[in-house]
Amino acid sequence: MDARHKFAFAVAVTALLAGPAMRGALAQEQEVPPPRQHWSFAGPFGLYDPQQLQRGFKIYRQVCSSCHSLKLVAFRNLADAGGPGFTEAQAAAIAASFKVTAGPNDQGEMFQRDGVLADYFPSPFANDQAARNANGGALPPDMSDLAKARSYERGFPWFIFDAFTQYQEEGPDYIHAILNGYEQAPAGVSLPPGAQYNKYFPGHAIGMPQPLTDGQVEYTDGTPATLDQYGRDVAAFLAWASEPKLDERKRLGFQVFVFLIVLTGLLYFTKKRVWHDVLHHPELLEPRPPTEYPRA
Amino acid sequence: MNAHSVYKPQSRFMQWMERRLPIGGLVYSSFIVYPTPRNLNYWWTFGGILSFMLAVQIVTGIVLAMHYTANVNLAFDSVETIMRDVNYGWLLRYIHANGAAFFFVAVYAHIARGMYYGSYKDPREVLWILGVILFLLMVVTGFMGYVLPWGQMSFWAATVITNLFSALPWVGDPIVTWLWGGYAVGNPTLNRFYSLHYLLPFVIAGVVVLHIWALHMVGQNNPTGVEPKTEKDTVAFTPYATAKDGFFLGVFLLFFAWFVFYIPNYLGHSDNYIPANPGQTPMHIVPEWYYLPFYAILRAIPNKLLGVVALGGSIILLAFLPWLDTSRVRSAKYRPLYRQFLLVFFIVVIGLGYLGSQPPEGGYVIAARFLTAYYFVFLLIILPLLGLFETTKPLPNSISEAVLREGLGASAPSDAGR
Repeated sequence: MDARHKFAFAVAVTALLAGPAMRGALAQEQEVPPPRQHWSFAGPFGLYDPQQLQRGFKIYRQVCSSCHSLKLVAFRNLADAGGPGFTEAQAAAIAASFKVTAGPNDQGEMFQRDGVLADYFPSPFANDQAARNANGGALPPDMSDLAKARSYERGFPWFIFDAFTQYQEEGPDYIHAILNGYEQAPAGVSLPPGAQYNKYFPGHAIGMPQPLTDGQVEYTDGTPATLDQYGRDVAAFLAWASEPKLDERKRLGFQVFVFLIVLTGLLYFTKKRVWHDVLHHPELLEPRPPTEYPRA
Repeated sequence: MNAHSVYKPQSRFMQWMERRLPIGGLVYSSFIVYPTPRNLNYWWTFGGILSFMLAVQIVTGIVLAMHYTANVNLAFDSVETIMRDVNYGWLLRYIHANGAAFFFVAVYAHIARGMYYGSYKDPREVLWILGVILFLLMVVTGFMGYVLPWGQMSFWAATVITNLFSALPWVGDPIVTWLWGGYAVGNPTLNRFYSLHYLLPFVIAGVVVLHIWALHMVGQNNPTGVEPKTEKDTVAFTPYATAKDGFFLGVFLLFFAWFVFYIPNYLGHSDNYIPANPGQTPMHIVPEWYYLPFYAILRAIPNKLLGVVALGGSIILLAFLPWLDTSRVRSAKYRPLYRQFLLVFFIVVIGLGYLGSQPPEGGYVIAARFLTAYYFVFLLIILPLLGLFETTKPLPNSISEAVLREGLGASAPSDAGR
């Protein structure tokens, strides 16, 4: 048995010892993983699809925004590069269609005015307590970071493959799954009052009533107005809301990779050249001045 | 190790300078003619990579600090402002967050290399202990940095880790209150963590200077573990080591860039994008991946105080390696048994890392106990005994002889896997 085989043997022994113990623990988990969706922004060259973000924004505006805030996104962001692709005039018109609390004015009073580009999306409730009160005790989370703040357990060995396949869309997959996961509770499952059964929600008892159904939001671009499609579009919009610089990041990333590959290649040949004589023609090296080696 | 070749300044300015501040001579003797063993493999490039990463972390950190607000009500949103509105703020933050992870990748490779080739042995004990101190400083700095975004994991990691001190008898609770600056993790805690997170990297930089100074006193170890004897055994630092370090730094940066640009949140936890909420405990509180082996050791032991002692001991013991390892042969290349046990030790640490990420229940805890037992048995029993009983392979007379014997591939990266 040479060293390499011994190493493999040691790995196998460790796996054998630890394996059964782990399988016992894994069996306790009974979560259904969200089905993987196709996302335009996945992978090293994937970018957001502005049309899809606009559809998702429409759903957010008509449905989600009645309960969920979007505090970290400003109206000006709607016209940013790498976003839903609204023109500045369109974004300003959207802003103006929202009422925003401003002030205090010269009389010391807060007042309502039309939104401007610099405003952030107004929240549907004055505070968390008001939100809970209106939603049977459940707090609708802020949606600004939702697509990055939600995930699901990938487990071994998938989490290792994810680093190579660049699977980063657990959040959007999860959001899509939740929107499509409302079902009749199976027999024998009792839910707390006000809760709904959702196949993909951890623990299955979700406080949010089913928010979307087929045909609820009108699409004008010919995209099928189905719940499945709504789920994908609003999840894509939320992915953008949580990571608005994704397009810029991937574009710069490609340039950095080209640069680093060329640089590393040049450094490799430099190293090879520098070491050539040491390895192959030590007699050609210039003699070096003597050095004191105290422990020789 | 003194290079006898003396720096002779060429320009009039440097001649003038050298009589007043001999910095040219220092650089010349330390980074140009400094003799480095000719058989160093790529595992020896991580020292340079670590220096580079420290610089990256300090530079990105200083700019991030210009935009960050250390207040429990503002911290989370200030980080989001960096991500959304600061020019290239997303890049700075992703470099800094993933940079911490890759700093630890490099330090673990560096430590593993030291253990494999016995780099801690006489006369390099102080060099090694300074390294353990650096690792401890990195652990503390990284932890405090993780708290600053004030997300759910930040808050709860801070709560769990500071609470460890409450396990100490008598002084435990007062220490925890003192660390928090109050009776719970709150604004004073965040402020002092920020202050210390800014301070400690400069302490690290200072200890790095000592580490390099100690290195230059005793010289580098090498894959044979046999000290250089003549000029045939060494090459000048520049251009040989610099060329090799430069190339491998490029390879390392390619991996780093993969994470920064394509999977920047892969190593983080999604819960940290939820603002801290003291009223809601996350389902599983897990630290960053680079602490997971130690976290697994902590949770493997049913008694809290003993768990904390084991956690501290698992790192502190490394400082005693020069004396725990009784063998006079340095390199695992010539120690067949040590090599086996050490490779198992490395696998055990990786296994502990996996177990640390899993919930502390059922089979996971049992597995973690076995692996924790091996961790300590290896350091406290196997290492001292091996030196007494192990039959080592014959050492080469010199580095150049080893290089000739093994052919020209001696400097290839596959060397360590053989």
